Amino acid sequence: MLKREKRRYLALAVVGEQLPSEEAVLDAVQASIHRLFGEYGASKANVRLIRKRPEKGQIVLCCSHKALEQVRAAIASTTVIDSKAEAVHVLGVSGTLKALSKKT
Amino acid sequence: MRRFADLNLRAPIEDMNKTENMFRKASELGYGLVAIPLPSEVTKEQISQLKRLCSKEELDFAARVTFAPRNSDELLQSLRRYRRRFEVIAVRCDTKDVARQAAKDRRVDLLQFSVTSLRKRFFDEAEAELASQALASLEIELAPLLQLTSISRVRLLSRLRREVAMATRFKVPVTVVSGATERLLMRGAHDYAALTTLFDMRSSSALGALSDNPWGIVERNRKKLSVDYVAPGIRVLGRQGDA
Repeated sequence: MLKREKRRYLALAVVGEQLPSEEAVLDAVQASIHRLFGEYGASKANVRLIRKRPEKGQIVLCCSHKALEQVRAAIASTTVIDSKAEAVHVLGVSGTLKALSKKT
Repeated sequence: MRRFADLNLRAPIEDMNKTENMFRKASELGYGLVAIPLPSEVTKEQISQLKRLCSKEELDFAARVTFAPRNSDELLQSLRRYRRRFEVIAVRCDTKDVARQAAKDRRVDLLQFSVTSLRKRFFDEAEAELASQALASLEIELAPLLQLTSISRVRLLSRLRREVAMATRFKVPVTVVSGATERLLMRGAHDYAALTTLFDMRSSSALGALSDNPWGIVERNRKKLSVDYVAPGIRVLGRQGDA
């Protein structure tokens, strides 16, 4: 039987003039992964949008635990979202959503 | 818990509001120490004003100067004149002559190389060997990695990979700094550590390059600049008249 892939959940905060939509953030992160690691890297990272927390101004993404460092590097190198200069910060990383919400 | 430091936050000292915002951001991102490159003729009042701003944000501030000499004589002259005024001395090595002199001089803390002109990056085996016998650390700025695109970023990453491997081989300490000129280019220490994996730096070395190495430089120099310092291994423990 195929082993279940372990995931890591990342809480992100976007800093900029105007807060973009969570889809725009996901697109920008995906584009950054694509730029840095190519299609092969992007497929291994398997980044997905999990939920938004508008009350905290956060977005939660998940990725494969093996690609965590690459995803963090891609997130850190994201400088433009929706043609506007923005910065994305990782507020916390966890293996479960419950632990992530306790952390951030 | 690790204490992180950013020894090259390029905040404009002529715009104190912007500088204060950058200090606030650094504090939010979890840094405990920041240094901004100051002009060599900076006054003590300006330094104490920056220290005050930092302490408001619960940050430690180190006064840094970056020399960009044209030749080794100019470098020696600047070191003689300013070493005792600053806690961190960085040398921008744009010629091989300056790079070699800076690497072997024990008064130099950080070796900085051009990020745009890769031909001016003189961190080769000879440079690494000289640096390993002195105290100089290789400075790696990460803001250019965020700003550069396509082939220029690829070339820079490739060069950094070679330099980091060389530094590791010759046991030259590496210091990772932001080089951020504005808030949007600032990132947390763990994000910078993730970025360093792009040039094959190990995660533990990257965290050391963001914490232990920069703190080590500042603490070593603070000891040397203290009035109690006499020579390496010798310091005044008490004076006549002290209780």
